[in-house]
Amino acid sequence: MVMSKHSEIVLAAEGITKCFGGVKALDGAHIKVHAGQVTAVMGENGAGKSTLMKVLAGVYQDYEGRIFLNGRETAFADPRQAQERGVTIIHQELNLIPNLNIAENIFLGREFLDVLGLIDCRKMRAKAAALLERLDLRLDPRTNVSKLRVGQQQLVEIARALALDARIIIMDEPTSAISRHEVDVLFGLIGALTREGVAIVYISHKMDEVFRIADRITVMRDGRTVGSAPRADMAPEHVVRMMVGREIKDFFVETETTRGSEVLRVEKMCLPHPDRPGDFLVKDVDFLVARGEVLGLFGLMGAGRSELFEVIFGLHTKVSSGRVFLEGREIRIFSCSEAIAAGLALVPEDRKRQGLVMDMSVSASVSLASLGQVERFGFLSNSLEHALARDYVHRLNIRTASYRQPVKHLSGGNQQKVVIAKWLATKPKVLLLDEPTRGIDVNAKNQIYRLIHELAGAGLAIVMISSELPEIMAIAHRIIVLSEGRKTAEFSHSQASEESILKAALPGSLSNSRQENAPCGVKS
Amino acid sequence: MLDQKNYRMLLAKAHSLIALLLMVVAFSLLADGFLSPDNFWTVMRQISVNLCLSVGMTLVILTGGIDLSVGSILALSGAIMAGLLRRGTELEVLNLHIGYGVPAAVAIGLFVGASLGWFNGLMVTRFRVPPFIATLAMLTIARGLTKLYTGGEAITGLGEVFVRTGSGRWLGIPNQFWIAAGITLAAVVLLRKTRLGRYVYAVGGNEEAAKLSGLNVARVKRTVYVISGMLAAVGGLIVTSRLNSATPIAGEGLELDSIAAVVIGGTSLSGGRGSVLGTVLGALIIGVLNSGLVIMGVDPFWQQVIKGFVILLAVVADKLHSREA
Repeated sequence: MVMSKHSEIVLAAEGITKCFGGVKALDGAHIKVHAGQVTAVMGENGAGKSTLMKVLAGVYQDYEGRIFLNGRETAFADPRQAQERGVTIIHQELNLIPNLNIAENIFLGREFLDVLGLIDCRKMRAKAAALLERLDLRLDPRTNVSKLRVGQQQLVEIARALALDARIIIMDEPTSAISRHEVDVLFGLIGALTREGVAIVYISHKMDEVFRIADRITVMRDGRTVGSAPRADMAPEHVVRMMVGREIKDFFVETETTRGSEVLRVEKMCLPHPDRPGDFLVKDVDFLVARGEVLGLFGLMGAGRSELFEVIFGLHTKVSSGRVFLEGREIRIFSCSEAIAAGLALVPEDRKRQGLVMDMSVSASVSLASLGQVERFGFLSNSLEHALARDYVHRLNIRTASYRQPVKHLSGGNQQKVVIAKWLATKPKVLLLDEPTRGIDVNAKNQIYRLIHELAGAGLAIVMISSELPEIMAIAHRIIVLSEGRKTAEFSHSQASEESILKAALPGSLSNSRQENAPCGVKS
Repeated sequence: MLDQKNYRMLLAKAHSLIALLLMVVAFSLLADGFLSPDNFWTVMRQISVNLCLSVGMTLVILTGGIDLSVGSILALSGAIMAGLLRRGTELEVLNLHIGYGVPAAVAIGLFVGASLGWFNGLMVTRFRVPPFIATLAMLTIARGLTKLYTGGEAITGLGEVFVRTGSGRWLGIPNQFWIAAGITLAAVVLLRKTRLGRYVYAVGGNEEAAKLSGLNVARVKRTVYVISGMLAAVGGLIVTSRLNSATPIAGEGLELDSIAAVVIGGTSLSGGRGSVLGTVLGALIIGVLNSGLVIMGVDPFWQQVIKGFVILLAVVADKLHSREA
C-alpha cells in the first residue's frame, strides 16, 4: 500500500439538502472522506449527522446536492447499490433478523450456494467464523442472534459490513451499547482496516473516543457542516464551541422568578439496564421542582432522560428504585393511573406511538385521561365532553376543523397541543414534558414555549426534557444535565452557558467525574 | 356539521347497506319465496344467534384481539343448561338430588360462559398468550368438555318453559330476536356512552398511549373476553331452547360466521376502528346470503365458496375505500 494513496478523497458530498415534511434536516451540508482514514462526525442531537450518513449510503434518494465516489458524481438508487459499490452503513438501530443465526445474518441475501443450488452452510459457517475471529467474538456462527447481547449484535453488524468487502464503512454510534473490551477490539479492527486503505466514517458523541481514533473531525450543527479539520488541529474545547452557538430567532426569554414551595422531589432514582447486569440506564438521580418553576433536563441521546420520566411515572416499578415526594410527602407509584391520581402528568416523547390514539377525535383525545369529569349519571355526556374540548381548543389555540375530527388529520404542532390538553384536563400539579417541541414547526414551537411559561405562571411545576440547547436555555429557570444515566451538573438560569451544559452532557469527556459502581438505593 | 370523519363513516356504512339492499333485490327476483314474511322471520331467527356472538366478537376485535372459542362456549353452556334442567345435580355423598328451575339453569349456563371468557382474558393479559392461540385452545377445551358432559349425545326434552324462552313470541316477534336486539342496543350504548367503551377503542387504537393515559389495559381486555363468553352463552340459550335439545356439536363453525360478520361490517382486525352497527349489517348480509342461496337451491358446497368470496369482496372494498380517503 502506497502512503500517498491514503489521503485520497474517496467519497465527497457537496451542498446536501434534505427535508422531512417541510423541516430541513440538512441544509447544504458537505463532507469529505479520505481513504485509509477515520473521519469522525460530531454534533448535537438533531444536527443532521445520521441523515447525512443515510444520504451517503443510499438510504435516502430524494435530496439536493451532489455526491462523488472516487471523484465521479454518483447517485445511489438504493442501499444495495451503494453496498455493491463499496459503501456500507452500520445503522444505530440494529437491522438483524433475531431468529436467524449469526452466519445466516452475515450473508443474508448473498448466501453461498452449492452445485445443487442449495445453501452451502458449511462454507457460510467457515467464512462467518473467520470474520468473528477478526472481531475477537468467541461465538458459534450457528448461535441465534436473539440470544446475543445488544453489543454482540452490534459486532455482528460490523462483521456483515466486513463480509461485503466495503471500501467505505459508515458507523453510526457503534459503541453506544458495547463493553470496554469490545470497544478496544473494534478500535483495533478500525486500525487494521484503515491500514488496508478502507475509509471509516465514525459518528459518536464520545469525545475521548473521537480523539483516540479520528484522523479528521467534521462538526455539524443545524443541518450544516460548521467545520472540518485534521484532529491535530482540533481540541475538545474547540469542538464543543463549534457544536453550540446556534442562533435562535424569536426566542422567548425567560426572567428569573422567585421560587415557590417544593412540589416534586425525587431521590436516588435508579433503573437497571435490561440487558447488562450491573449497568444502569438511570443511576442515583436527584432533583426537585417548585411551584411555578420550569426545570430543564438536558442530555444527549441515551443519557437516560426519558427513562427517568418513565420511572417517576410508574412504568418500571418492578425493577426501578428511588423515592418520590410530592409536596413534601413521600408517595409510592405502582402504575400510571396512580401517578395521574397523585397529580403527575407525562407528555411523552413520541406522540404518535405513546401520546395519541390517532383514530380518536379531538374531543375524545382531550378527555381520555379524565373521563370521570365528563360523565353524567355514569354515562359519557357529549355536551360535557365537547365543553371540555372547546375549553382547551380555545386556550391552547388548537387548529382543528371540528372536535370530531380524528387527531391523525391535525398537524404535528396541533397534535402535540392535544396531548398537552389531555394532561391539563387531569388538573396536574406537575407536568413532565419530554421533548415537547420535537418535529413541529417554528410557529408552533413558540406557542408551546409561551404556553409553558403561562402554565408555570399559574403555579404548575414543570420539568422539560429537551435536546435543543438554545430552547432549554431560553425556557428553563434551572437546568440539570444527565449523562450516561447520571446527573452531571446543575445550573441556574444565569449560570448556564451552552458550552458548560454540553461539556457536562458529553459522555466520558471533559468535566464528568465518573463514579463507577457507586451503590444504588435499594428498592424498599 | 357533516365533517370528514362522519361523512366517511356514513359512506362506509352506505357501502354495506347498498350491498345488502342489492342482495335482497336480487334474491327476491331469483329465489321464489325469499320475500315472504315467513322467510323474513326465518332470517331474523337465524341471525339472532350470530348477532349475539358477533356483538361480543366486535368488542374483542376492537381491542385488537380475537375470540375463536365462542362456538364451543355456546355448546358447553347450552349443554349445561340442558343437563341441569334434565338431570339436575347428584350429590352422591349426601345421597341428594338437586333439581333446577329454568332461571337457575340459565344463570349457571351464563356464568359458565362468562367464566370461560374470563379464563381467555387471563391467558391473554396475565400470561401474554396471543389471543388467537388462547382462544383456539379454549375452542378445543370447551368442545371437549361439552362432549364429556353430554356423553356425546344430545340432551333433549327440556320442558315447555325453557323451550318457550327461545322460540316463543312477544308482541308477535320471536323472543330470540328481542334478546339479540337488546344485546345489540346495550353494546351500542356501552361503546358510545361509557368509559369502558371509550377504553376499548383506546386500547385497540394505541395500547401504549392508553397505558400512559392511566388506563388499566389488562382489565379492559379481560372484560371484553368475559362479555364475549357470556354472550356466547346467551347464544347457547337460544340455540338449545329453540331445538329443545343440546347437542355436542352445537355452534360448530359459528366463530367463523361471527368473525365474518364483524369484518364485513368494517371493523378493523387490528383494533381501534369499527362499530356494532356495522356488525349488524354484516350479520344481516350473511343471513340474507345464507337464506337466499338455500332457497335458490344452490349446492351447499358452492354456498361455502360464495360466502368466502363475499367476505373477501367486503374487505377488499373497505381497503380500497380507506386508501382513497
